[in-house]
Amino acid sequence: MLLGEEDHFNEEGEFVINIGPQHPSTHGVLRLKVWLDGETIKKVEPHLGYIHRSIEKMSESFSYRQFGYITSRMDYLSAHMNNQACALVVEKALQVEVPARAQVIRIILCELSRLSSHLLWFASAGLDLGGVTPFFYAFREREAINSIMEETCGARLTQNFMVPGGIITDLQPDFQKRIKEVLKQFKDNYHEYNEILIGNVIFQNRMKDVGVLTREDAIALGCTGPVARASGLSCDIRKHYPYDGYEKIQFDEVILTGGDSWARCEVRMAEMLQSVHIIEQLIDNIPEGDIVAKTKNVIKLPKGEFYQRVETARGELGVYIVSDGGSTPYRCKYRSPNFSNLMAIPHISKGHKIGDLIAIMATIDLIIPDIDR
Amino acid sequence: MFLKEYFGSIFSSIKSLLTGMKLTGYYFTHHNKIITEEYPDNRAALKMPERFRGEVIMPHDEKNEHQCTGCQSCELSCPNGSIKIITKQEIQPDGKKKKRIDTWVYHLDMCTMCGMCVEACPTTAILMGNEFEHSQYEKKYLKKVLNKPGSRLKDGVE
Repeated sequence: MLLGEEDHFNEEGEFVINIGPQHPSTHGVLRLKVWLDGETIKKVEPHLGYIHRSIEKMSESFSYRQFGYITSRMDYLSAHMNNQACALVVEKALQVEVPARAQVIRIILCELSRLSSHLLWFASAGLDLGGVTPFFYAFREREAINSIMEETCGARLTQNFMVPGGIITDLQPDFQKRIKEVLKQFKDNYHEYNEILIGNVIFQNRMKDVGVLTREDAIALGCTGPVARASGLSCDIRKHYPYDGYEKIQFDEVILTGGDSWARCEVRMAEMLQSVHIIEQLIDNIPEGDIVAKTKNVIKLPKGEFYQRVETARGELGVYIVSDGGSTPYRCKYRSPNFSNLMAIPHISKGHKIGDLIAIMATIDLIIPDIDR
Repeated sequence: MFLKEYFGSIFSSIKSLLTGMKLTGYYFTHHNKIITEEYPDNRAALKMPERFRGEVIMPHDEKNEHQCTGCQSCELSCPNGSIKIITKQEIQPDGKKKKRIDTWVYHLDMCTMCGMCVEACPTTAILMGNEFEHSQYEKKYLKKVLNKPGSRLKDGVE
């Protein structure tokens, strides 16, 4: 059915409109078909496929060294975590021990990108609700983090830094100094976020009691990450199934029980501080040693099925690989966090006004290329 | 009771708005704290980090010699097929035939700057350059030959 053909009142007197695929508040090419009664939402139906690039199918023709790089294009704000998941699944299959130095560097970079991702969420949440100014405050810190990524990994978003066995190159000499600068800048400016957006009564009223996702629904819909943790579901992969040495690190899993948009905001604001706390523990204790474990030039996985999950900034990312013993995956499947989180939107936006749908979408924090892959 | 709540919410909204406005006012009056730069204007002072991946380059020394042996590791490691190496048989001074590169074709339009060719190269013949302004009017200008005309393999590199 073409766009626009269905824009009319149906038999029950409901008005059907399309939000997207080109809409500023959907953060990408997501199309939501919305049934409205006046301004009240009766039903929401997400339509996908506008940015499908067949990453899973392409992975079948890539070698095990190559197939990780393209996952930077899935959830581009958690590129490090996506690359890490691909590296981990290969390491798991080959039973390779990653050097301690590489593990620590991986965690630092992952937490930095989590921080930067949540900063972008803060920026765009304000933007979606009509506040342009908070955007620039968050991007000030995000720019500093991106500069570190640029200096260390060579690119700002699609870093491709984690390879099977470890990391691709060693750190640049003043890495620790730069990180400390950024963390100090972030902690000094953290109160500004509360002043300009989070503490604002208008923002709070738009968020409180809007889009309540109960714990049972979060489990049933498969929500993970900050969305599920705001509903009281303990689902942090870093805690439950630690990888890359997360078990040695002290941090709290932020769990709130509100389940509404406001709880999701608070979870993310608290997770930023937790990421800073993790980096601070590690930044002075980077062990010396190798950065990459020795692997064969052409990696061949043993025959079988392998699964590895990591916690990205938006939830649980799973990489499932079926190997037939060759040098390319026989089948590669990504369980992306955004796809499951998207399914919460039709459920929780029912009965709210159309303006609240935008607020719900802002707090679910979707990355559309990750949904379609 | 209702009126009290109603006006109370108005006052708290105005108060939180003013808190935000105070912050923006602070930055409005403190110009030295502003960090934004205007890109085309700062071009002269703009320095990219050393590791920034902008394009693949092949360094040549002053004798017009490169280090590429034509082993095609980069071609195999490239996920997008943006590298094509055409080799030839070259007769050495001692009469033996050896494989040398003829043209090292680099399709910049297909490159995603993942840096895996540089990682795979056993002789560090190729590096990632810092140039990032690649816009061209026609696609044909994005197909580059990286080895310079008349260049040859550096002695001692196998």
